[in-house]
Amino acid sequence: MHVPILKQGDYLIATIQSVLSDTDLLRLRDDLAHRVGQFRSRGIIIDVTVLDVIDSFATRTLRAIALMLKLRGAETIIVGIQPDIAFAMVQLGLTLEGVGTALDLEEGLEFLNARNKRRASVWRAAEPRSTPKASFDMPGRRGKGRRK
Amino acid sequence: MSTFNEEFYVAVKSAADIVVARQKGRALAIQLGFNGSDPTVIAAAISEVARNIVNHAIQGEIVLSGVHKTGKPGIQVIARDQGPGIADVQRAMQYGYSTNKGMGVGLPGAKWLMDEFEIQSQVGKGTRVTMRKWVR
Repeated sequence: MHVPILKQGDYLIATIQSVLSDTDLLRLRDDLAHRVGQFRSRGIIIDVTVLDVIDSFATRTLRAIALMLKLRGAETIIVGIQPDIAFAMVQLGLTLEGVGTALDLEEGLEFLNARNKRRASVWRAAEPRSTPKASFDMPGRRGKGRRK
Repeated sequence: MSTFNEEFYVAVKSAADIVVARQKGRALAIQLGFNGSDPTVIAAAISEVARNIVNHAIQGEIVLSGVHKTGKPGIQVIARDQGPGIADVQRAMQYGYSTNKGMGVGLPGAKWLMDEFEIQSQVGKGTRVTMRKWVR
């Protein structure tokens, strides 16, 4: 079963529509790797609400997707893990360490927005000798010249 | 209930069969009276043992049935294959031990999810995992 991937601004949203086999999960991984480059995406949300089970293979693949996309400069958030599934995952000793998770799509978007805002402010602060205000409307070097 | 005398067979030889096996298992679990997170837990255990067949034995089958113990209903899951067998069963049951690309979570994980778990394996003949869970 193919997972549609929607582009939403800087983000990609992959909403799983039905139960997925191992093969489907690997295809999702490959599709996302390709799309992140194509659309220069900063964030990816994978909505797993309808998955019936997240077993060791699914966990490993979701983690691999998130870590791989991180290397491509994008943050992945897994949303919609249902309570029963979370319970079974914990009993299996499975974790999604190093991967962002959120309750649902809305929370996932909020998480990515907050993170991107933070990232943007870090970039501004890193610009040499410019106040945050100056860096907004002019490059750092010009600001420096003005002060002379 | 007729469910108790019936056995459901699922041939397992591809990734898609793993999904079929766990879905049948979940449906049977609900029919047998499992509730809350138990049907999902049972489906996860079936997924792990079915994947074990696909990864190591190429093909085998899952047999699902309803069972009784002192009046309590339960589900029995048998995963059997005529694959290469497991040389060191004790090691295969260690969490994190895997002979190929896996995480080494499958068999020990399935044991944690179920109430009873037995594994018999003979090198060159195959492997048979029998697991049961009782309705609480």
